Amino acid sequence: MSQSALTISGVDKFYGPIDRGVHAVQNLTMEIDKGEIVALLGSSGCGKTSTLRMIAGFEEVSRGTISVAGRKVHALPPVKRNVAMAFEGYSLYPPLTVRENIAFALKAARLPKSQVDAKVASIAKLLEIEDILERYPSSISGGQQQRASLGRALIREADLHLLDEPMGQLEPQLRAVLRGRIKHFIKERGLTAILVTHDQTEANALADRIAVMEGGVLQQFDTPDMLKQRPANLFTGTFVGEPPMNVFEAYVGTAADKINLRLPDGLSLDYDKDAFSGSVRDELLKRERVVIGIRPYAVRRSKDGVPATVSANQWLGDQTHIAADFAGGSLVLVEHDRTRLELGAPINISIDPKNLHVFDQSSGMAISHGMELA
Amino acid sequence: MEHTSLLERILRGIALTLVVVFFMFPIVWILMMSFQTNETILRIPPQLVFKPTLANYTALITGKLTTAAGTLDIAFMRNLWNSVFLSVTSVAVALLLGVPAAYAFARHKFRGSEDIAFTLLSFRFAPALLVLLPLTLYFQKLGLANTYIGLIWVYQLICLPLILWIVRGYFEDIPADIEYAYRIAGHSWFATFRKIALPLAGPGIAAAGLLAFIFAWNNFIFALVLASADKQPVTVGALAFITSSGIQYGQISAAIVLSITPTLALALYAQRYLVEGLSLGAVKG
Ligand SMILES: Nc1ncnc2c1ncn2[C@@H]1O[C@H](COP(=O)(O)OP(=O)(O)O)[C@@H](O)[C@H]1O
Ligand SMILES: [Mg+2]
Repeated sequence: MSQSALTISGVDKFYGPIDRGVHAVQNLTMEIDKGEIVALLGSSGCGKTSTLRMIAGFEEVSRGTISVAGRKVHALPPVKRNVAMAFEGYSLYPPLTVRENIAFALKAARLPKSQVDAKVASIAKLLEIEDILERYPSSISGGQQQRASLGRALIREADLHLLDEPMGQLEPQLRAVLRGRIKHFIKERGLTAILVTHDQTEANALADRIAVMEGGVLQQFDTPDMLKQRPANLFTGTFVGEPPMNVFEAYVGTAADKINLRLPDGLSLDYDKDAFSGSVRDELLKRERVVIGIRPYAVRRSKDGVPATVSANQWLGDQTHIAADFAGGSLVLVEHDRTRLELGAPINISIDPKNLHVFDQSSGMAISHGMELA
Repeated sequence: MEHTSLLERILRGIALTLVVVFFMFPIVWILMMSFQTNETILRIPPQLVFKPTLANYTALITGKLTTAAGTLDIAFMRNLWNSVFLSVTSVAVALLLGVPAAYAFARHKFRGSEDIAFTLLSFRFAPALLVLLPLTLYFQKLGLANTYIGLIWVYQLICLPLILWIVRGYFEDIPADIEYAYRIAGHSWFATFRKIALPLAGPGIAAAGLLAFIFAWNNFIFALVLASADKQPVTVGALAFITSSGIQYGQISAAIVLSITPTLALALYAQRYLVEGLSLGAVKG
C-alpha cells in the first residue's frame, strides 16, 4: 500500500448505458507511484480526459476501482478525494481576479493571508502570470487562463495532481520554458502528477513514465526510452517517435543460409541466418507474414542495399529528412549531415537487423526488437 | 463604426419614428383617454385637446363608479392587489421549483430527462381552454376552486415551463469546468450550485422571472374561470367596466394605465439584467 499514489484496476467507462453506450475507456489498469510524473498520451478522443475525470470524480466509473493513496475513492464525491486538477478549457471563476482564483484553491487549507500571498506570488512567477494577477478571466487570453488554471492546481497540496492538457494553448517557446519549471516544481515538492497530452515532446520532457492510449485502450505504460526501444505493438511503434517509424509488410522466406524478408515490388531484405539471435530467428521462421518497423534514424544508405528513389529532401538545420519511394510505400530516413540528393535520385537502403522491430501481422503485437524477443 | 451618409441617417430616423409611433400610439391614446370623461372620448371627430379630469382615477381608487344609471361598486383596487399577489407568488414558487430543476436538466443528463423537459414545455402548447374544463372539475372536487393556492398552482402552467427552459439554457452555457474546479477545491455540489451556478446564471434567472411575471400578470382565462370576484386579477376585473349603461372607456383606460404600470416599471428596471443576461458577457471571454 505504502508507495502507490494511484491504483486503477479494471476500469471501464461507458457514456450512456453500460455495455451499450460509448465505450470511452476499456478495462484500464495502471499503478502510479508516489512522486512520479505520468503522461497520458494519445490522439484526440482516445479517452484521456475521461480517465482523468473518473479519477477526479466528475465522471462515474462504470466498472472497476480507483484508489488514491491507498483509499478507494471511486465512489466518493470529488471533495473527498484530495486531488487537484488543472482544466483544459474555461474553468476560472469569472467574478474573481486571477489572484483570487488561484488563492481560492487554498481556501479549504485555511492558511494565514501572508502565507497565501507568498504562495500565489511564487506560483505566478513560475508561470509568468504576475502581470495579470489583478485582471479578470474575461480580459485575458486563452493561454493566460490556462496558466492561471494550472497555477490553481499546482498551488494545492493534494495526493494527486491531474493536469489536463495544461499547456495546449501556449506558444511553443513558453511551453518549452514552463515544462522545465513545472517539472522542477513537481519534483522538488515530491508531488505526484498525471499529465494529459497529445504532444509526445511534452510527454517525453515531463514524464517519468508514459501511458499510451488509443481507442480507450491502454497500449503501453513505460518509460520514454523503453517506449522507443521496445514498443509493445504496432500502434505505439508508429505513434511514439518523431518522425514516425517506417513500417512494411513482409513475407518471411528462407534460402540456403539466408533469411529473406520479401517486400512488395519484388524487393527483398536478405540477412544471414546468423545475423539474428536464435530465439528471434525461430519466431521469424514460424511465421509466413510479419510487419517490420524501422526508425528513420536507423535507416542507412549503402551501395549494396535495396534500391529506393528520393521523393523529398529537407534540411532542418541540424538534420536531413529524406523521404524515398520504397517497396510500394514511402520510407523516411534521417541523416545528421546535410545531404545533397536530387529528387528522383536513386539510393540504396540497408537496415541492420539490430534495429529491426518485428510485429505480428494480424495482432500487431511486437515479436522482436533487434536481437531480443519482445 | 461604419460611416453613414446624412441621407441614410435621416431615412433611418424617419423609419424608427414610424415604428415607435405605430407601437406607442395605443398606449398614448389610452393614457389620454384615462384623463377624459366618456362624453369627450366618444366625441366625433375625436379631438386631441380636452380638459383633463382625474375622475376616472378617483372612481377606481374609491371603488365607486358613477354611471348614468346610478352608482356601482367596483373592486378594482382589490383586483390590482390580487394581480400583484398572484403574479409575485406564482413566480416565486416557479423559481423555487424551476431553477433547481433547470440545473438538474442542464447538468445531469439521465435517461428520459429530455422527454420530461419537453413534456413540461408542451404545457404551453396546449390551448388553455382545453386544460380548463377538466381542471375546473378537479378543482371543485379538491376544494381548490376559487382559492389563491389553486390559482397559483394553475399559474405554474404559465411560469414553470418558461423559467425551466430559459434558466436551463443559462446553466448549460456555464462551462462545467468552472463548477468542477470549485468542487475539487473542496466544496459539495450544493455549495457549488449556490455559490457558482446561481450567481453566474443570475441575470438569466432574473430575465426568466421577469418574463414569467409578465405572462402571469397578463393571464386572463385561468382567473376568469377559476376565480370569483374577490380573487380576480385586473385582467378579469376590467370586465366590470362593461356596465348596463354602456362601456366606461374612461375608467377602463385608467385601469389599464394603473395595471400596466407595475410591469412597465419592472421591465424598465430589469432591462439591464435582460441585456446582460442575454449576452452572458460574464463567462465567455
Ligand atoms: N459526456 C460525454 N458523452 C458522450 N461521449 C463522450 C462524453 N465525453 C467524451 N465522450 C466520448 O468519449 C471518447 C473519449 O473522450 P475523451 O476522454 O474526452 O478523449 P480525449 O480527452 O482523449 O480527447 C470520445 O469518443 C468522446 O466522443
Ligand atoms: Mg481531452
